[in-house]
Amino acid sequence: MPRFLLNRLSQSIVLLVIVSIIGFTVLNLMPGGPLAQFGLDPGMTQKDIARLSEQLGLNRPLWIQYFDWAWRLVQGDWGHSYRDGSSVLTVISRHLLATLLLMGTSTALAIAIGSWIGIRGATHRYSLFDYCATVGAMVALSVPTFWFGLIGIYIFTLKLGWVPAGNMYAIGDGSVLDYLHHLILPSVVLSLVHVAIWSRYMRTATLDALTQDFVKTARAKGVSERRILLKHVVGNALLPMITLAGVQLPSLLTGALVTETVFTWPGMGRLFLDSLGYSDYPVVMGLLIFSAVLVVLGNLIADIVVAVVDPRIRLS
Amino acid sequence: MTAITTANLTPTRWWRSRAVNRFTRHHLALAGIAMITLLVLACVVAPYALPYDSLNIDLRARFAPPLSGHHYLGTDPLGRDLAARLLMAGRVSLLVGFSAMLLSTLIGTLVGVTAGYRGGWIGAALMRMVDGFLSYPSIFLVLALAATLRPSPVMITVIIAVTSWMETARIVEAEVRSLREREFVQAARMVGLRGRNIMFSEILPNAMGPIIVAASLAVARAILLEAYISFLGYGIQPPLPSWGNMLNGAQQYLASAPWLAIIPGAAITIAVTSFNFIGDGLRDALDVRDDHI
Repeated sequence: MPRFLLNRLSQSIVLLVIVSIIGFTVLNLMPGGPLAQFGLDPGMTQKDIARLSEQLGLNRPLWIQYFDWAWRLVQGDWGHSYRDGSSVLTVISRHLLATLLLMGTSTALAIAIGSWIGIRGATHRYSLFDYCATVGAMVALSVPTFWFGLIGIYIFTLKLGWVPAGNMYAIGDGSVLDYLHHLILPSVVLSLVHVAIWSRYMRTATLDALTQDFVKTARAKGVSERRILLKHVVGNALLPMITLAGVQLPSLLTGALVTETVFTWPGMGRLFLDSLGYSDYPVVMGLLIFSAVLVVLGNLIADIVVAVVDPRIRLS
Repeated sequence: MTAITTANLTPTRWWRSRAVNRFTRHHLALAGIAMITLLVLACVVAPYALPYDSLNIDLRARFAPPLSGHHYLGTDPLGRDLAARLLMAGRVSLLVGFSAMLLSTLIGTLVGVTAGYRGGWIGAALMRMVDGFLSYPSIFLVLALAATLRPSPVMITVIIAVTSWMETARIVEAEVRSLREREFVQAARMVGLRGRNIMFSEILPNAMGPIIVAASLAVARAILLEAYISFLGYGIQPPLPSWGNMLNGAQQYLASAPWLAIIPGAAITIAVTSFNFIGDGLRDALDVRDDHI
């Protein structure tokens, strides 16, 4: 196990270095580089900008700037927001929980619904249900998340009036029920794509498991089909599910950004768009790097959990 | 391999090959082809056939609902004909999607073939770069680039391509790595062919199947990504319409004019679904391993 951990950790660190190089490239691609926003300020002369770039060390060779920048990232100094001067990490942490809540809920929903559809599709293979689920999954993967959100708001808010159209809670009310009420529609919208993905995965995993010898043995022992499904089939599909959940993180974050915009959900995605609108580049850069770090760490944690549970992986 | 044997032994025509046969039995893929053909035809021809121009402002007919009067799909807040705008937008969205696919497939194939054939530290470095790009949620990277670079349609296409070539690179790398030690490659090496020739004229033709499948799915992804960033206001800029930016202001009129949101979104969904169906059919027909969901 320590060897596996060391291996996996060093992989993640290499990946983080590459991620930071990509991020640094994006930062320097911005026209005018990191000082772009001052170019628009009529109060700043060319001389001021030159002085500022000297002060910030922007006239040094790029690779020195990179190491300087990366070192500050490691130390937790991610710069300050142009909007209110608070540190970028503080701003991000204020919005992180809302995003995690949305992503967690919709992942749980997607796994529950997707697994049910997948298992049923596999046990009733080539039935009408299976066919509809297959086609439905492909359509679900093609629906733009924001459009599904708008349709959801149109039907469930404007026509039926069941759920609120946006925000995380009503002003003056902050009860758990109120949060849940606001959470329903965005998390359903965000989970649609992932229901499709999980149902495809679950269908394949169930079909695989059903032909295995241990299922035959269980049947021969007289174990009921339901118990075979719940214990042997689902049990065997669980571990790869953890890995898949890690792999899905980037697309989940992408979906979260769009969903948060449609539903004015105060999470990281919304912060990202707001900051883009205000040309608040330190926060934009911070969120960009943060999202990638989140993905790398999520995958690392998923792999470690799998290795802890499954000795086959950490020994190979 | 099959291509070589069929060419030498059985003089059958390509449209009688097993792959074509299997593809034509895939009903969803055929439906996808039909829908895309119709959409492209409509987008190319219809702006000439429709009574209204996409920029023609008819203030008396603002917010006309679909199927009322002369506007088949209704009008937008400025009284512009939605059908005309939808089809003009289709040209932009489909063109951006298709071009982005071509570019990203080109990048992905180059990286994949190089990494797979060279292997060693070059291969490892290239594949770590793929991992690095894949760690970024695509929309964060695309938005950051689109907001800072000038958002012309060409730039949007390039941005989408440089953020979505990684899947192709991974697929091609795996395929090339498995082909690298096959006899025909060893023979080519023995004859003294140069590395570049082996990579591109010996190995690449045998890896076309997975590339074609990945490309058809890449069109779907590119159209979706363009729609996302245009919806968020950082993609194709008005007055040039795209399916994404037609939805941009639709949310505020959702109660009074829901068709403004429903119709362009439906067009995106139809186009993307069609490409996904085609990709699925191609995967079956070309016998590509199912490791993508």
